[in-house]
Amino acid sequence: MYTQALNARDTTAPVAGPEEAARADRFQARIDAEERIEPNDWMPEAYRRTLTRQISQHAHSEIVGMLPEGNWITRAPTLKRKAALLAKVQDEAGHGLYLYSAAETLGTSREEMFDQLLAGRAKYSSIFNYPTLTWADIGAIGWLVDGAAIMNQIPLCRCSYGPYARAMVRVCKEESFHQRQGYEIMLTLCRGTPEQKAMAQDALNRWWWPCLMMFGPPDAESQHSDQSAKWKIKRFSNDELRQKFVDATVPQGQYLGLTFPDPDLAYDEAEGRWRYGTIDWEEFKQVLAGNGPCNRQRMKQRRDAHAAGAWVREAAMAHAAKRARRAEAAKAAALQQAA
Amino acid sequence: MAEQKIPLWEVFIRSRNGLAHKHVGSLHAVDATMALQAARDVYTRRGEGLSLWVVPSAAIVASDPADKDVMFEPTASKIYRHPTFYEVPDEVGHM
Repeated sequence: MYTQALNARDTTAPVAGPEEAARADRFQARIDAEERIEPNDWMPEAYRRTLTRQISQHAHSEIVGMLPEGNWITRAPTLKRKAALLAKVQDEAGHGLYLYSAAETLGTSREEMFDQLLAGRAKYSSIFNYPTLTWADIGAIGWLVDGAAIMNQIPLCRCSYGPYARAMVRVCKEESFHQRQGYEIMLTLCRGTPEQKAMAQDALNRWWWPCLMMFGPPDAESQHSDQSAKWKIKRFSNDELRQKFVDATVPQGQYLGLTFPDPDLAYDEAEGRWRYGTIDWEEFKQVLAGNGPCNRQRMKQRRDAHAAGAWVREAAMAHAAKRARRAEAAKAAALQQAA
Repeated sequence: MAEQKIPLWEVFIRSRNGLAHKHVGSLHAVDATMALQAARDVYTRRGEGLSLWVVPSAAIVASDPADKDVMFEPTASKIYRHPTFYEVPDEVGHM
């Protein structure tokens, strides 16, 4: 569903010798020529680390992102909504798996990435630490959270790292259904009873600002963007993507007959863009630091699910080993008979 | 917790008859049966194909990208391998 610009600047890069510097220059030349980098190609260690972190965080976000929505599967209002929500949550699991696979090609094992998430060493998108209090939140997540994710992920389809870019192509194809189903939920609520419309408004009020935070800190404060842009991992800045999202989303909200919880939101005729108010970055920092409304609950759910699945993984491994042993024994017996 | 690692498989899908199987990604599974099942769930949720292959990643032998010049460069100079290298008079017509 989403990756957030969370990576701190990489300060652990080793001092490069002349040979390393020449390789780095050739590498940059390939990037500048819009060539894709593939898993076995030489790459600077910092590029590998940056991508491993970004792709695994992206994968974690998809996996944790199943929790707020999974919360409503058993309470979806109709069979149609339930089927759609199930399919959407299953897609998020799939997106997580595509992304873990892409990250693994950089040399970090799946188990290690799981450990990082479960031990609380890896981050995931701040947005999933907010609660889904009503059914309208499912609409708002599809419309806004997936809408923001699409803004962010479409440029990633052209990311310099081949496996990540290819995973993003698949993800983006599937993401469009997510956004449309969310908007349709909002539309249905807005055309319903006054109580239903109020529910939709309440969801928009709660999700709007956290969605704007999804794009990460303002450009003036995000130090790592320069290097990511140079490596063509990131093609647009946080603020550029945020602005695109606001411009695309405000008219959609107006069509629903809803208002945005921002008194400063105004159309700038000269620029042809929507100006929005100040984002509460302190809230963003708190949520990232683990103090959002649901951080602890999300992590506990992930840990519990992983622990509860341990016997399944163990049993599957034992079964596969037993089958392999028996096949081996049968082959040996056949050979003996033939001899 | 030191859990045993689950093997990696590469997944290929034939999108329709007449086309080759194409690599689409990878997954972890303990054996071939579960790999096929997981490939179906992870890579074909929207009618992506008619046939699936799963191959243990460890079974793939790949050329080293660093050797690409040694491997592939020599063909660039062998222009006589292409039909356009040979002259056929216009009067002969299409050949």
